[in-house]
Amino acid sequence: MSKTLLMQGNKAVAEGAVAAGADFFGGYPITPSTEIAEELSALLPTIGGTFIQMEDEIAGIGVALGASLAGRKVMTATSGPGFSLKQELIGYAALAEIPIVIVNVQRVGPSTGQPTAPSQGDVMQARWGTHGDHPIIALTPSSVPECFRLTVRAYELSERYRTPVILLMDEIVGHMREKVQLPPYASIPRPERKKPLVPPQEYRAYFGAQDDLVPPMAAFGSGYRWHVTGLVHDEYGFPDSSGKATKELLDRLFAKINDHLDDIVETEEYRLEDAECAFVAYGGTARTAYAAVDMAREEGIKAGLLRPITIWPLAEKQIKDLGGRVNHIIVAEMNRGQYVLEVERAVAGLCPVTLCAKYNNEAIAPAELLAALQKTKRHAGGA
Amino acid sequence: MSMEQLIEKYFRPGRLPHIWCPGCANGIITGALVKAIDRVGLEKDNTAVVAGIGCSSRASGYLDFNTVHSAHGRALPFATGIKLAAPQMAVIVITGDGDAAAIGGNHFIHAARRNIDLTVLLYNNSTYGMTGGQYSPLTPTNSKAATAPYGTVDRPFDLAALARGAGATFVARGSAFHAPMLADLIASGIRHKGFSLIEAVASCPISYGRQNKLGDAPAMLKWQRDHALPADAYEKLSDAQKADKFPIGVLYQADAPEYTEEYAKIIARAQKGGL
Repeated sequence: MSKTLLMQGNKAVAEGAVAAGADFFGGYPITPSTEIAEELSALLPTIGGTFIQMEDEIAGIGVALGASLAGRKVMTATSGPGFSLKQELIGYAALAEIPIVIVNVQRVGPSTGQPTAPSQGDVMQARWGTHGDHPIIALTPSSVPECFRLTVRAYELSERYRTPVILLMDEIVGHMREKVQLPPYASIPRPERKKPLVPPQEYRAYFGAQDDLVPPMAAFGSGYRWHVTGLVHDEYGFPDSSGKATKELLDRLFAKINDHLDDIVETEEYRLEDAECAFVAYGGTARTAYAAVDMAREEGIKAGLLRPITIWPLAEKQIKDLGGRVNHIIVAEMNRGQYVLEVERAVAGLCPVTLCAKYNNEAIAPAELLAALQKTKRHAGGA
Repeated sequence: MSMEQLIEKYFRPGRLPHIWCPGCANGIITGALVKAIDRVGLEKDNTAVVAGIGCSSRASGYLDFNTVHSAHGRALPFATGIKLAAPQMAVIVITGDGDAAAIGGNHFIHAARRNIDLTVLLYNNSTYGMTGGQYSPLTPTNSKAATAPYGTVDRPFDLAALARGAGATFVARGSAFHAPMLADLIASGIRHKGFSLIEAVASCPISYGRQNKLGDAPAMLKWQRDHALPADAYEKLSDAQKADKFPIGVLYQADAPEYTEEYAKIIARAQKGGL
C-alpha cells in the first residue's frame, strides 16, 4: 500500500535512495544537504546497508566509489563548496565508469557564499566542473514528490549507463515540505547493473563495442579480477597512452550517453500547446514559472513553460523545437545567467532568448516573471 | 615458492616489465608483498589491492587481484569503501610517501583513527619520483630536490609515530635491504585485525639519490643496512646516536575494536529496531 506523508525534499531523496535499492552512503556534513546524510544514517543500517561520515568531501565520494566497485548502490550528497571538492572523483567515476549518485543541494556561491540561501549557480559546474572532456547526466527535481522519483531515476540511469549521475537540487526544493505519496518500495523495479556473461578469464571490463556501448561490470570479490584506473586505458582497464586509445575511449564515453538521449532526456511542457511565448525554468524556479504562466494566461497572454527535468545532457531537440514554435523565450534562473547560454545555443536564432536572473538570496516571485514577460511583449509590440 | 613461481602466480601475464627505473627498490618491496600474501594464503579473488598515484602505486596494475589505481592521495577512501562493502575481503593499500603523507594525509590519519582492517604498505623513497624528484613530507631536512635546489627547510614526518598517534593498531617499518624481514612484517600486518601500517624504506637512485650524491643502487641499499637498527636496540641509543639511525621491526601493536565489526553490530541493532 502506498503511504501519503508530509515530507521535506532532502528526506524524500533519502527515501528514494532506499526505494531504489541503495545500500551505501559516504559523505560529509554541509548545509543545506545535511538532512540527506542524517536520514540515511538511520535508514541504511535497518536494511543491512552502510552509512559512513568521512573526514572530508573527497573521502565522502571516494569511499562511495570503492563500495560501488564492490557491488553496492551508492550515494554521496553535498552542497556548493563540497561539490567543488568532489569534482576530482566525479571525473574519476566518469572515466573509470563507476555508477554513483551525487546529490548537490545548491546554495549561494562562490566560496562559502550564503549557506542557507537558494541558488542555481552550479549548473555549469555540474556540466564542466571536473577537468577534461566527459559526458554527465544531471537531473533537477522541482517538487518533493519529484525528489523521490528522480532519485530512483538517477539510480536507473547510473546503473544502466555505468556513469555518475548528479541530482542537482536547490535549497528551495531540498528544504521545502510537501505532500508526497510513496509507493510500496517492493513495487519499484530495482535497477541492476549489467553483469558479465563471459567466464572470468575472458572478461574485459571496458569492452563496450557490443550493443549499447556500456561494458558489463563485475563486482570486486565476485571472481572477476580486473583493474580500475583513472588513466586512459584499454578494454581490460590497463593503461594505454596511445592517441588511438584516448580517442576511442572518449568517443565511446560520449556515445554511450548521446546514443540514448531518448531514454535519458526528460522534459515537461506546461500550457505550451498554443503558446506564443515560453519560459524555460528548472528546479525550484520552475515552481514560480507555473504560477507566472497561469497569471499571464489570465491577462490573455498565451504563455507556457518548458521544464528541463534532465538538465544535462541538454534537451537540445526539445529546446530548438520550442524556439520554432514561440515568438520569445525567457530563461528564468537563480544565478547571473548560466543555462540561458545553452538555451540560446540550442535555439540558434529561431526566436529571441532573454534572461530573468535573480541572485539576491531570494527565490524569483511569479510577479517578477510576469513583469519580465510583459516587458518583452511591450518591446515586441513597439518593434 | 621461488620468486619465479610467485611472479607466475601473483603477477598479471603481459603486464611486465614494470615502469620503474633501473636500481629502484620498488620491485624488491613488491616482491616482499607477494611473498607475504602467499605466506598468509590470501585468495586472489578475495583480495583487493588499492593504490594511489605515484611510482609505487603503479604496482597495482601488475598484480593479479581486484585492483584499483585510484586518484592521488585517495587510495584509503577507496579501500575503506571496498572493506565496508565487502568486509570478508582482504584489502591491501599500496601508497608512497607523497601520496599518503601529503595529499592523502587527512585520509591517512582518519583511516588509522577508525582502526579499519586495511594493510597499508607505504613505499618511502623520500621523494616524488614520478614527477621528477621534488621534496615530499618524508624528505630529510637539508636534502636537495627538484623544487629545493638550495636544500629543504621542511622537517620530515615520523610517519610511524603519526600513525600510532592517530590510532593505528599495527605499526612497523622495514627496508628494501632487509627484504625477508619486510615480508615477515607485511604478513604480520595482513594477519593483524585493524589498521596496519608497514613503512618500507625504499631507494630512488635515479632521482633522489643522484640529486643528493648518495651513490648507485647498491650503495643506497648499503646505506639502509648501515643505518637501520632493530627497534629495541634503537631505543637504547642516545638522542644524538638516534639522529643517524632508523628503527625497523614491529614498532607498535595493540588490540582495539575493528571498524567493520563494530558497524556490523550497528546493523544488527538497527534491524532489531533499537537505537
